Amino acid sequence: MDRKKLVLVGNGMAGIRTIEHVLKLAPEAYEITIFGSEPHPNYNRIMLSSVLAGGADMSEVILNDWSWYEEHRIRLHAGHTVTRIDPLARKVYSDKGAAADYDVLILATGSDPFMLPLPGADKEGVIGFRDIKDCETMLEASRKYKKAAVIGGGLLGLEAARGLLHLGMDVTVVHIHPYLMERQLDETASKMLQKELEAQGMKFLFRKHSEEIAGRKRARELVFSDRTRLEADLIVMAVGIKPNVKLARQAGIAVNRGIVVNDLMQTNIPGIYAVGECAEHRGITYGLVAPLYEQGAVLAKHLAGAETEGYAGSVTSTKLKVSGVDVFSAGHFAETEGARSLRYQDEVDQVYKKIVISGDRLIGAVLFGDTSDGSKLFSLMKKGESVKGREKELLLGFSAQDSGTETAEQRLAAMADDEIICGCNGVTKETIKDAVLTKNCTTVASVKACTKASGSCGGCKPLVQGLVQLYAGDAAGEPAKEGICGCTTLTRDEIVAEMSRMKLQSVQETMHVLGWNNPEGCSKCRPSLNYYLGMLFPESYADEKESRFTNERYHANIQKDGTYSVVPRIYGGVTSPSELKKIAEVAEKYDVPMVKITGGQRIDLLGVKKEDLPNMWAELDMPSGYAYGKALRTVKTCVGSTFCRFGTQDSIGMGVRLEKEFERLNTPAKVKLAVSGCPRNCAEATIKDFGVVAIDGGWELHVGGNGGVHVRATELLCVVKTEDEVVEWAGAFLQYYRENAQWNERTSVWIERVGLESVKKALENKEDRIALFARVKQALSRLNDPWKEIVADGALRKNFEPLPEAASARN
Amino acid sequence: MAKIHIGNVSDIDRKGARTILFEGTEIALFRLADGSVLAVENKCPHKGGKLSEGMVCGRAVHCPLHDWKIDLSSGRVCEPDTGSVATYAVEVDPISGAMYLCGRSGRGETAPPDQAAG
Repeated sequence: MDRKKLVLVGNGMAGIRTIEHVLKLAPEAYEITIFGSEPHPNYNRIMLSSVLAGGADMSEVILNDWSWYEEHRIRLHAGHTVTRIDPLARKVYSDKGAAADYDVLILATGSDPFMLPLPGADKEGVIGFRDIKDCETMLEASRKYKKAAVIGGGLLGLEAARGLLHLGMDVTVVHIHPYLMERQLDETASKMLQKELEAQGMKFLFRKHSEEIAGRKRARELVFSDRTRLEADLIVMAVGIKPNVKLARQAGIAVNRGIVVNDLMQTNIPGIYAVGECAEHRGITYGLVAPLYEQGAVLAKHLAGAETEGYAGSVTSTKLKVSGVDVFSAGHFAETEGARSLRYQDEVDQVYKKIVISGDRLIGAVLFGDTSDGSKLFSLMKKGESVKGREKELLLGFSAQDSGTETAEQRLAAMADDEIICGCNGVTKETIKDAVLTKNCTTVASVKACTKASGSCGGCKPLVQGLVQLYAGDAAGEPAKEGICGCTTLTRDEIVAEMSRMKLQSVQETMHVLGWNNPEGCSKCRPSLNYYLGMLFPESYADEKESRFTNERYHANIQKDGTYSVVPRIYGGVTSPSELKKIAEVAEKYDVPMVKITGGQRIDLLGVKKEDLPNMWAELDMPSGYAYGKALRTVKTCVGSTFCRFGTQDSIGMGVRLEKEFERLNTPAKVKLAVSGCPRNCAEATIKDFGVVAIDGGWELHVGGNGGVHVRATELLCVVKTEDEVVEWAGAFLQYYRENAQWNERTSVWIERVGLESVKKALENKEDRIALFARVKQALSRLNDPWKEIVADGALRKNFEPLPEAASARN
Repeated sequence: MAKIHIGNVSDIDRKGARTILFEGTEIALFRLADGSVLAVENKCPHKGGKLSEGMVCGRAVHCPLHDWKIDLSSGRVCEPDTGSVATYAVEVDPISGAMYLCGRSGRGETAPPDQAAG
């Protein structure tokens, strides 16, 4: 297949980010040519202020060096400015005589600093703050001259001013507004910022309109409308940016403030796209990097032929990169109609916080002095979830337990006594209150033991905790120090650490050595200890079936009437006529009351008498499907490229391979996999513990999904190219989960607890993945099909049969 | 009543259980960690779960259906739940390991009426 020709105009961050994504998703799809006006490879424009401020070296700002372009066989015309697009011939021309044909054209021409059209603005020493060249001019000026003026007291202006200050210049910031960064900060935060910057040596002039730049060849003075003057040898204009749309306008592309694009970043001319600062989406142009990257990701998916929901706009946040000052701003920070704000101001430590709430959603935040909660607030803002009752907690910091829970407490106190707190066990607020007040239950664990609240799915645990706090007050037990069950105060991590330190070899020994207060444990800790020991010592530990739940002991699911169900392994959901006949015959022979297709693409034989289990297994002669265990359950697949006209990859083959690779694996909680053959995702891979979605030329690996108690969509772990890589990542992920999660903790809960980033970090190095994979293989090597083992072993088999009926004494 | 020979203690795994039918009632026999054998009616007072399938912890068993905890010596359900099951006396010959059922020793509150005679 001929590769299509892709031309990118603009060798900057947004454009190159798009290309990087395209290369990842569809490495062979395009022949790529890039034009860039600057004689540099792609560099990090955001870091220029750090270069000026001395925090970074010029070489550190390069994002993609020359060899990156070579490696990916990209033709780069650096130092070429594209001057003309011919949309009919599908061709672009540069100022230096180069030309290129395109099938797809991406405009990422960025923006230009807005230069005030003042008399004298063309003099030497008057610059914007945009690129490496501007930086070099400033460096040079700082060597020869002393006085600098920066016009514009916004983000960019302050960063430039801080840089010049660092270079030893005498810097005055001239601002038209009465206070700094008025687009990101309210007046209070702004005044605090000003004070801090003044302490660093920066000077300010407010409400000043620049009218003229005086001087001969070089600028000497800035003249204001009130006829006052400011001496300046270097004048930096940082009053704003304007999207660079000249080229697009000439080509007849629809242009407003920026180049107008739809949700797929398409312009009005077929085959021509725009991303980055030059693009205008739903009336908005962006000047911050995060939205540009989001646009690039959407465009790349579209160009790679992958499904994408399109770009829906971004909520942006700002952090001022000025040393010694922490400022964060996001969303709508001004109290508009219908919005309410909460503020916290501490003039001793120079901390100011303000959050703005509309309805019950967080819509804006300004932080000064302590910005540690910035990203959390920003993510809450983006999610748009209700923050009702948590407002003060948000304002005072997520960690401030005591003062922050006040509103949550009031809410709990106001709740009706007959309101159900624990839905699984039907426990009301009154029952819990009673347990705390009259039965002396001062921890969640004791309330659970006493009332069963939070004992099943655990979803109501925060509420129970809140009620304990409310009614036990100071007597409330330390919630952090809750052991894994009522038998111990030790946590999972403490137990696992002791097990490996002391090389403990049985559940009994562990409980004894670690001072359990119930010598034989309970139905919570025993299975977990058994799991941890098996995970730590796969070669030497002998699994204790008496410490396993019924289902895992008898390798079948117990039903409410004491019968069991049988689910044989059907790899990837693919069966055959002869297999189906065999299942049908066994079901008839043993009078199975119900035969049902499961949600995991297998067949469930329900209502089987316990004593029939071994015989049925023997006659089925199929491996156990582990439908009963904390183990790998199913690998659900869609039809994929084998039959489906949309399939991009062999999802069935991939699924069968994964299931054969990891079947029988014990895990902290059940693990479900799925493989979809294209982004339509018919196998619902994005609500699985490990979901694989085929894209053209690769596989997306998703983790941490759940379709059960708390529905949760997966998060993207990474994209890989080959089936071998899918298996390697799957194995490494499963083993990392096995080694780090708490027993009975699904991947979704685990990932929410530890964060996707920590998982990514643990798996990003190939050596680490190989080591994890080797360990998962070692664990798997010790496991055999349990049904066959039981069928062949009389000592195990006897437990499936009753003792002969006892003759009555009277007979 | 007379003792009925019902098998050998080795028929039950440690911390395991077996069942036996006696006068129409299914009885669960548990062998504890210390080797002793305790017997109760194989029916959880909650929803009738088969206690023989549960996990044995000390002198109690956890019902496999909803984790009710039942004290095997007294037949009583542990807090926070309430109720009790019928218990049966079992003797084990310390030398041969022979196991004998010696009849009902305690009466569960929920025992069906047709089992009351005897």
